[in-house]
Amino acid sequence: MKKLESPDELVKFRKSLELKYRSDKIRVLICTTGCRALGAEEVFKAFKAEIKKLSLEDKVEIVDTGCQGLCARAPVLTIEPMGIFYGRVTEMDVTEIVSRTILKGEVIERLCYTDAGKRIPYVRDIPFYSKQEKIVLRNCGEIDPKNIHEYIVRDGYAALSKVLSDMTPEDVIHEMKSSGLRGRGGAGFPTGNKWEFVKKAAGDIKYIICNGDEGDPGAFMDRAVLEGDPHTVIEGMLIGAYAIGARKGIIYVRAEYPIAVEHLKIAIEQAKTLGLLGENILGSQFGLDLEIKMGAGAFVCGEETALIASIEGKRGMPRPRPPFPATNGLWGKPTNINNVETFANVPVIILKGSEFYKAIGTETSKGTKIFALAGNVKNTGLVEVPMGTTLREIVFDIGGGIPGRKKFKAAQMGGPSGGCVPAQHLDLSIDYETVKEVGAIMGSGGLIVMDDSASMVEIARYFMEFCQDESCGKCVPCRIGTKRMLDILTRITKGEGKKEDIDLLRELAEVTKTASLCGLGQTAANPVLSTIRYYINEYEELINKKSSQTSPQQSSAQQS
Amino acid sequence: MQKNVTLNKESSPSVDLAQCRSILSNYSSVTHADLIPILQLIQDAYGYLPQDVLIEISAKTHIPLSKIYGVVTFYSQFYLEPRGKYTIKVCTGTACHIKGAPDIKKKISDVLQIQEGETTPDYKFTYTPVACLGTCFLAPVMMIDGRYYGKLTVEKTEAILKGY
Ligand SMILES: Cc1cc2nc3c(=O)[nH]c(=O)nc-3n(C[C@H](O)[C@H](O)[C@H](O)COP(=O)(O)O)c2cc1C
Ligand code: SF4
Ligand code: FES
Ligand code: FES
Repeated sequence: MKKLESPDELVKFRKSLELKYRSDKIRVLICTTGCRALGAEEVFKAFKAEIKKLSLEDKVEIVDTGCQGLCARAPVLTIEPMGIFYGRVTEMDVTEIVSRTILKGEVIERLCYTDAGKRIPYVRDIPFYSKQEKIVLRNCGEIDPKNIHEYIVRDGYAALSKVLSDMTPEDVIHEMKSSGLRGRGGAGFPTGNKWEFVKKAAGDIKYIICNGDEGDPGAFMDRAVLEGDPHTVIEGMLIGAYAIGARKGIIYVRAEYPIAVEHLKIAIEQAKTLGLLGENILGSQFGLDLEIKMGAGAFVCGEETALIASIEGKRGMPRPRPPFPATNGLWGKPTNINNVETFANVPVIILKGSEFYKAIGTETSKGTKIFALAGNVKNTGLVEVPMGTTLREIVFDIGGGIPGRKKFKAAQMGGPSGGCVPAQHLDLSIDYETVKEVGAIMGSGGLIVMDDSASMVEIARYFMEFCQDESCGKCVPCRIGTKRMLDILTRITKGEGKKEDIDLLRELAEVTKTASLCGLGQTAANPVLSTIRYYINEYEELINKKSSQTSPQQSSAQQS
Repeated sequence: MQKNVTLNKESSPSVDLAQCRSILSNYSSVTHADLIPILQLIQDAYGYLPQDVLIEISAKTHIPLSKIYGVVTFYSQFYLEPRGKYTIKVCTGTACHIKGAPDIKKKISDVLQIQEGETTPDYKFTYTPVACLGTCFLAPVMMIDGRYYGKLTVEKTEAILKGY
């Protein structure tokens, strides 16, 4: 394949691909990323073999995709154009799916999604899907992420092309600012403003970094986007690089995500071959060199200054800000860091315009947000909804509620920096501000549902153990504060708590929050404060139980 | 996350430096930024980071050994001890935690008779906890080398381990 030398050539190339893809082939989309854990690759191979055996290659295409969202039903597949969704598929089912569904159009009941005892064969009828709005996940689970043609045919790199031919860097920044997009990595900083700072920062050499460290345990949206649609992240970075004037980009990926790294490598190679990365992209003066860096296992490296230190080959410890990376980042140069999901929004904003984008969401929080639904909820998986959707809609309408006759107790949002949202706030419309008001944070979008069997003190202890373990030890308030709070929480869960412990926790929380250097320490006490706020009775019960002499190991404390 | 380091010449087995040299020879000049990728490649080759190899890296790259140890001990993915044939990574992330990961961890310790971070005496298994494998929808989850095992129960865990 030769390089595309101009925006026109890209358009022509897309047209030629459209002809190829507008065939009446049946497409069997099989998630082979996360679903791999339950045998998806074997299912994929069995399909390939069966289609070959029956010489159906001209009629049926087997596509291995990224996450399709309804991961609870893993391994999953969708058959297009009928839009039939099957879950818990095994190798044994393949012959029957081909002979009955693909050849005769019949539905196999036992593989369908069930809702209140009813079988729902079609994607469009499954409430899990019909309530979502897919912008970031628009391609995820629908294309082969290892084939750039499938991305291009769905308007891939059209936003880049538009930017290079019709927009100045200032126009791009203006469009981003007016879209209202805020960073999806946790803090929710307006993306357009960040880009403007970096653009205006003095210096010729600038860097653009994509933060794919995804450290929040329970969040897996960045993994899914990188695995399922790597080009959308690359395109977002290209547009960002053009806007701020960077020529070098780095994608920092968590070490636990080997499939993401593999797919990114393939994507970068293919984009280079087509002249969409490297020098003179689409015949313009603009060029970007993109490199992948793998993390080495440290949660704190998700913090931007620590991440930069890690890329520089140092111990990944945060440093005080200011100076911010925007003026003083990688190798001391102006650097723009955005999260995976943030970048994945960019091509859509450019292509459809900021007006389209800002019509979605709430006053302060525009667009959609992906949530990783996990824990005690029926439809664990990935959901993308407009900002402002209520927790009830996510957990019950989309998530299908709590399994096994249990009741909803709380949703933990924002991981170790977040908090628990109790049942009384189920009708809260979720955006950056409202979540904060009730004591949690949006964070990266991890949403862990807990039923009434969960002990909230134990959850607080769990997160404190996490923070204490991951504290880099650079500053005293975080290092000692998390240790002291963990000791107290452990003793309470063991039934050895003291009357004054709750006050002591509050006091330590305050100090750790105000005196710590980075976000890890500053937010480490959030899970404690939020559980004290809503479940103080559980703390008191455990503390009072002490006098009635329970054996220390009997409580829900789980020591590691 | 900090590890204790003991530099103990006698107990460290001598290793063949050929692989290390061949990895380093791919770099014409090594900068600080190459250190972590080089350590990752070397660990892939040797399974861990033997002391002699670190000394060799320091000699070839002129990065002080103390700096290299500083980096190695900071990141949980680097190992200074030989590892088992198989690495078991058990997820201790939130979703897995509330779905019974503590019981799974206990089971693994019981079956293998080792604690987190340790290697069995026969060097068959190394057992490490990780905070989230990114497959939370299958909680509780563990990974043995490249293979994921989801929706674990204690019984299932035992059977999987016995199958190796
Ligand atoms: C302890 C800690 C961990 C973090 N981990 C991540 C992470 O895994 N991924 C991420 O995108 N941002 C993470 N952040 C936020 C980053 O510092 C930074 O704000 C973000 O990458 C900026 O991107 P955005 O503006 O697109 O959100 C973390 C922050 C802290 C304090
Ligand atoms: S707050 Fe904690 S993690 Fe952050 S720099 Fe200080 S010790 Fe390190
Ligand atoms: S990982 Fe397969 S559907 Fe989500
Ligand atoms: S919490 Fe266990 S895989 Fe994410």
